[in-house]
Amino acid sequence: MEELSALMQGFAVVLTPMNIGLMFVGIILGVLIGVLPGLGGANGVAILLPLTFTMTPTSAIVMLSCIYWGALFGGAITSILFNIPGEPWSVATTFDGYPMAQKGKAGQALTAAFTSSFVGAFVAVVMITFLAPLVAKFALKFGAPEFFAVYLLTFCSFVGMGKGSPFKILVSMTLGFALAAVGMDTVTGQLRLTFGQTELMRGFDFLIAVIGLFGIGEILTSMEEGLQFSGKSARINAKVVWETWKELPKYWVTSVRSSLVGIWMGITPGGATPASFMSYGLAKKMSKRGAKFGTGEIEGVIAPETAAHAAGTSALLPMLALGIPGSPTAAVLLGGLLIWGLQPGPLLFVEQKDFVWGLIASMYLGNLVGLIVVLSTVPLFASILRIPFSIIAPVIIVVCAIGAYTVHSAMLDIWFMLGFGIVGYVFKKLNYPLAPLVLALVLGDKAEDSFRQAMLVSQGDLMIMWANPLVGSITTLGLLMLFWPLISKVLSVIRPPKPKEFSEEQPVD
Amino acid sequence: MSDQHASESAGSPVVVNNNTVDAVVAVILFVIGVVVIFEARRLGAGWADDGPGAGYFPFYIGIILCISSLGIFYQSTASKARDTDAFVDREQLGRVVSVLVPAAVYILGIKFLGIYVASAIYIALFMIVLGKYSYVKSVLLAIIVNTVFFMMFEVWFKVPLFKGTLEPLGFLGY
Repeated sequence: MEELSALMQGFAVVLTPMNIGLMFVGIILGVLIGVLPGLGGANGVAILLPLTFTMTPTSAIVMLSCIYWGALFGGAITSILFNIPGEPWSVATTFDGYPMAQKGKAGQALTAAFTSSFVGAFVAVVMITFLAPLVAKFALKFGAPEFFAVYLLTFCSFVGMGKGSPFKILVSMTLGFALAAVGMDTVTGQLRLTFGQTELMRGFDFLIAVIGLFGIGEILTSMEEGLQFSGKSARINAKVVWETWKELPKYWVTSVRSSLVGIWMGITPGGATPASFMSYGLAKKMSKRGAKFGTGEIEGVIAPETAAHAAGTSALLPMLALGIPGSPTAAVLLGGLLIWGLQPGPLLFVEQKDFVWGLIASMYLGNLVGLIVVLSTVPLFASILRIPFSIIAPVIIVVCAIGAYTVHSAMLDIWFMLGFGIVGYVFKKLNYPLAPLVLALVLGDKAEDSFRQAMLVSQGDLMIMWANPLVGSITTLGLLMLFWPLISKVLSVIRPPKPKEFSEEQPVD
Repeated sequence: MSDQHASESAGSPVVVNNNTVDAVVAVILFVIGVVVIFEARRLGAGWADDGPGAGYFPFYIGIILCISSLGIFYQSTASKARDTDAFVDREQLGRVVSVLVPAAVYILGIKFLGIYVASAIYIALFMIVLGKYSYVKSVLLAIIVNTVFFMMFEVWFKVPLFKGTLEPLGFLGY
């Protein structure tokens, strides 16, 4: 029960008026980000990161993680009321959420969505509370080969679990690694891929990439469709909330299953989006009312929302315990830790106890605050979506430009942001996944360092990756993931699989 | 998400198909891969005296990038399952360019006028030209938004933003 006393200490750290205030500010900003097109969890946190430089790390992470929770909540509002998923992970919520709103049950749908988000996140936080210290303790014994094996597993899982062309996943990833290599080599001090340009010495910051790829790219795709919002209005009153809550315990099986799916997909870098689709698919298959899914079943809202939130929360576990983020947003938070001078990874649990347990405590409180805020302010946020796109679009581009500039106070970064925006637009249309690119850009240097250290130890012998059972099994698992598209093809030739109608609708993240 | 919507506005002539763009992007990625490989070899992709050279890791990255882009090129040109849906039609392209070009001009404007002034002009013009709003409304909103930004960054959070080479707001003393 060591964890519980540490957690109580964490609550003591977080429960200051200043931090509670920041929590509310973070949640409100987060919901705003989740509701607005073009601003998502990852780039929203990236843009607001510079504002936290002057705060203490604990206050800063409290605010930033609350922005993240807010964004997770916010996505549901647009999906249910406007049939526009504000975030990729809320696409599955539109399937049953919007039909519910059309039937005049928007209040119930929103209450169900928010409550199940809270449940999913809560289960995931409990899991983090008890599992993260164990993983960290275990990881303290890791050497360079083990760390490289974990990096390998992380990136190979994208190939093994991603949808779409495995080549495109590989390209996205290697492009990220190549961009990460630009600038000064951390080991030899040589300049790499700068082609004599001094401005390139700084390298490409992943925050710029995140802002461009997700922010500008999103604006361009939204603009293409000539976006016009027409939505249902919703009012949530205490009666609706209470009656929906009375109904929810009936679906506890769905909630538990969705939480587990979410946790699994969050820890392994599957991410919130595939988790929400998988959970919706499972609920559809297993529910007695499965045939009615898509016509406004409350279970069809519970399943994806629980899983998305559980995944979004569990993505922080590998970030905290290993220093390897499970999602682009977790990667941005990791970038924040580095900027505040904290080294994410197993040592964090030993050296920065206050910070880690403060963060975990703030996850409990932040989600509670989030639930209260969204339940009480839905009409306000829904009205934001009625602001015409021709006002929102330029303001968001301005916000992105400011965000890109503040990272290094460099004019050139704003141009890079625009470049990444075009790349994001084209990649999105061609179904290239963006998450591997961002993660490779963040982890590129660290993955390379651990690879080179491992090679130094073994004098260039790749067999060090199988030197002991631990590193060997992680490496083998990674390679299995990498070649999974090939393996599954071979398997399907031997034994033809049942046709899956659902996987077709699943987009790549 | 976008491909589902693409078919809805089928009225406008298609500019280019998905597989064509796919192939072009694959060629660009292949070239990037080749550049990475050459640069890695120049830096020393082998074993230096003190361990793996600076180009050791990027060399393999470049090779995977090249192989994968060849795979995509094959999938988009020769494969039967290639995606011949419309990448963008003329109307959509027009909308995208109408955002992209002003954004580029705006960033150029930041260089001279600084973020606040350039942003105000950009928001106002965007609203007037693309949103068909009245001049008064647009200018007023642009000024309000940028005043809020100014207060937030310069005054409250003390994060100085770019003031431009011409420094039009120099008189404020920030």
